[in-house]
Amino acid sequence: MEPTNIEAPEYFHKVVDCQWACPAHTPVPEYIRLIAQGRHADAYMVNWKSNVFPGILGRTCDRPCEPACRRGRVDEEPVAICRLKRVAADNKGDVRSRMPKAPKKKIGKKIACVGAGPASMTVARDLAPLGYDITVYDGDTRAGGMIRSQIPRFRLPESVIDEEMGFVTDLGINMKLGQWIGSLSDLLKQDYDAIFVGTGAPRGRDLDIPGRKEAAANIHIGIDWLSNVSFEHLDSIGKRVIVLGGGNTAMDCCRTSRRLGGDDVKVIVRSGFDEMKASPWEKEDAQHEGIPIINFRVPKEFTHQDGKLTGVTFEKVAWGTNEKGRRALMPTGEPDEHYECDDVLIAVGQENAFPWIERDIGMEFDEWEMPKVDETTFQSTIPRVFFGGDAAFGPKNIIWAVAHGHDASISIDHFCRGVDLRLRPPPGVIVSSQKMGIHEWSYDNDISLEDRQKVPLLPLATALGDVKAEVELGFDDPRSWAETQRCLNCDVQTVFAKSLCIECDACVDICPTDCITFTVNGEEEELRPRLQAPALNLTQDLYVSATLPTGRVAVKDEDVCLHCGLCAERCPTGAWDMQKTLIEMTHAGGCGR
Amino acid sequence: MTYITKPDFHHPSLGKNALGFTRRDYEGKVSTLCAGCGHDSISAAIVQACFEIDLEPHRLAKLSGIGCSSKTPDYFLGASHGFNTVHGRMPSVLTGANLANRELLYLGVSGDGDSASIGLGQFAHAIRRGVNMAYIVENNGVYGLTKGQFSATADKGSKSKKGVVNSESGIDLAALALQLGATFVGRSFSGDKDQLVPLIKAALRHKGAAFIDVLSPCIAFNNHKGSTKSFDWVREHNEAVNRLDVMVGRAPIKASYDPGELIEVPQHDGSVLVLRKVAADYDPTDHVGATNYLQQRQAAGEIVTGLLYVDPEAEDLHDALGTVKLPLNALPDRELVPPSSALAKINAGLR
Repeated sequence: MEPTNIEAPEYFHKVVDCQWACPAHTPVPEYIRLIAQGRHADAYMVNWKSNVFPGILGRTCDRPCEPACRRGRVDEEPVAICRLKRVAADNKGDVRSRMPKAPKKKIGKKIACVGAGPASMTVARDLAPLGYDITVYDGDTRAGGMIRSQIPRFRLPESVIDEEMGFVTDLGINMKLGQWIGSLSDLLKQDYDAIFVGTGAPRGRDLDIPGRKEAAANIHIGIDWLSNVSFEHLDSIGKRVIVLGGGNTAMDCCRTSRRLGGDDVKVIVRSGFDEMKASPWEKEDAQHEGIPIINFRVPKEFTHQDGKLTGVTFEKVAWGTNEKGRRALMPTGEPDEHYECDDVLIAVGQENAFPWIERDIGMEFDEWEMPKVDETTFQSTIPRVFFGGDAAFGPKNIIWAVAHGHDASISIDHFCRGVDLRLRPPPGVIVSSQKMGIHEWSYDNDISLEDRQKVPLLPLATALGDVKAEVELGFDDPRSWAETQRCLNCDVQTVFAKSLCIECDACVDICPTDCITFTVNGEEEELRPRLQAPALNLTQDLYVSATLPTGRVAVKDEDVCLHCGLCAERCPTGAWDMQKTLIEMTHAGGCGR
Repeated sequence: MTYITKPDFHHPSLGKNALGFTRRDYEGKVSTLCAGCGHDSISAAIVQACFEIDLEPHRLAKLSGIGCSSKTPDYFLGASHGFNTVHGRMPSVLTGANLANRELLYLGVSGDGDSASIGLGQFAHAIRRGVNMAYIVENNGVYGLTKGQFSATADKGSKSKKGVVNSESGIDLAALALQLGATFVGRSFSGDKDQLVPLIKAALRHKGAAFIDVLSPCIAFNNHKGSTKSFDWVREHNEAVNRLDVMVGRAPIKASYDPGELIEVPQHDGSVLVLRKVAADYDPTDHVGATNYLQQRQAAGEIVTGLLYVDPEAEDLHDALGTVKLPLNALPDRELVPPSSALAKINAGLR
């Protein structure tokens, strides 16, 4: 193998698995260390710069970072990154003075954002401090989009949304709430230099099976129903509720139902339990609240009597092989099952809908009626219209919407300044050695063996009695401290200086996870299996040195390195050094720095 | 030294031996030696060897004297018996322990000061008596704990870190052990675990006095130009006579070598030492040949390593003394404490 080029920012970025997995690339270990030091406001600002809504995400994020967490490969469970984010947000105090200010003198460019959800608000946050004049439109009367309308209050209190939306609106954003944009054509006629569309995926998929029309009064589309609950248009539901679907919306529906009078609430899902789209922890939370999840049932018919819903009939299925030889859900041939209920909530997916975009204004749509959007620049076929969030490439989640917002902001900024949209700014990287003394480091390199901390919950009866009572209480100080210590500091990199190495093997001998091997070089496929411990996780890189005096190379498998620094402590010549690589995405203009 | 303990987390693919232990289970406390010390590599080799021979940790006693090397038993086999003895007196304590309990494996760990200076007499007699043990000298040619004076194994003409030239002859412990009648003699290098680990495995299984001289560079005081115990010098002058593999039972040997290239030496315990020749015509069972070869190559400035000599028919001190088969702690009181009538009988015989 060629010697690894550690100058390329991606190399060490990939080692920080959590940050690499995060769509917004939040520097996770950096803020976890700040929390450990009690510097919650600093930790919050690291987050805020990167993901704009730390308090919201600390409660609702899909957590792509956690399955990626290196700790999960050496311990039973990953670090509770998301909950630590919430700790930073809950304990930050007043951070208003730390927020950027919009310049009094504008640069004379006007931007319209359609929708006041996470993508649009990120665009507003990134561009307002640069002097752009931003107007945000939303049909709802309050900012937040799906964050406010679909996420139940018992998971995300209103005050958290208000505060973090407020940090953005305080940047002098012209908020036009309660103003539904019904025509892109009309908007284009106004004097906006660029338009950002962040309208989400607002349409809940329906289930067109017999009985749907006849029993319509008691059959609700999940996201619309959640929205009605959020805006307090609804405060009750029948005693017996069936939720159809296996995603996170289904989990929100069933748990909300339990709080609005549903005693007998069931989730019934087409697929197997393991294949459900809901995050594992959301399934657990639902089950904890006494909601059974019944799987392998395909809804066939809504039954009704005298125009009133009586239940749902299901066909039983199982994984099998279809006529094309593919793995598929096949009927088992067992008799259909009927479940009685008073109400049904349909949460079988969401769709984009752009009825407000005229098809004759030059915007191209693809075969699925989605506007054609460039995956790098987020630009549509009308050059000054950009998309982001669920509106761009279909339903994802909040953190993806934020990442899209950042990228679209860079494009809009380039577009307005006449810069090539394909020029993307590289991330900022600050490298700093952590060496303080012979065996002292400026990071805490001791490895905690603690298990993942459990988050305390409201007593079940209290939680189910109030749809607005936040059910998760968050980590207290001892739990927060214990959890921060579980982070392996993957951003503190092992950096090898070939010229200093005397090949004494001290690093090989001390490494607790057998990451380091001195051996003759070879091709990667041939090298991987013959290392000190076979490097079979192909998603993780090998760090290979140039050839050493004995003709061998030093090879480090990044996979399960604990970043404990023992290799560097045992190195007599300082050939290994522990260097922190703080990688921060560059956003449009000032917020990235 | 290192302040944090070595984390318990290990590689997910870390294997287990026949006893269900991982290699990590054979470790001890974290080393307090200087970073890069050759002795730590020897500790790692002992850990690896004990893991590979499926050693039950409670079946081994590790004994040492005084010095950097003699600290190391704290850093491996944390679950074994240990005795850190007086300077240079490890061999006699080991002999006593061995006589008292012949069922344990004995690992003596010593240094060039402990064995070639203050303990030379003890070393010599334990070897010539044929105590059943594996005796490892971690040989760096320097007194590290007193900041770098020449030890008795430093070669004549080699230079200290301060630039002083050594005027005294160095003791070749491997040659001495051979002369004293050790029935297993090896030499190796801390920086070559491929060679060292099989030697330790074979020494632990050998019945009789097994001695291994391990060159182990002292990073702090003896790893400079002019030293003959530095990483660079040893790597440049290392001439292995053979490569060893220890076969437990009669596992088929991979026949990738030409006939005559492999030597098989069966051992008392049923294992077989399989040696791949590196030096042509070197026969490790030929005592006189080995002695001559060592002297010739040393004169040529080479450091001869590998399994230098093994006597497959070796016997040990217990055989010579005709001691009881059971360890003393397993003997019943009746045999261990004869009744007064037995004394009366002896006395009667003397009247």
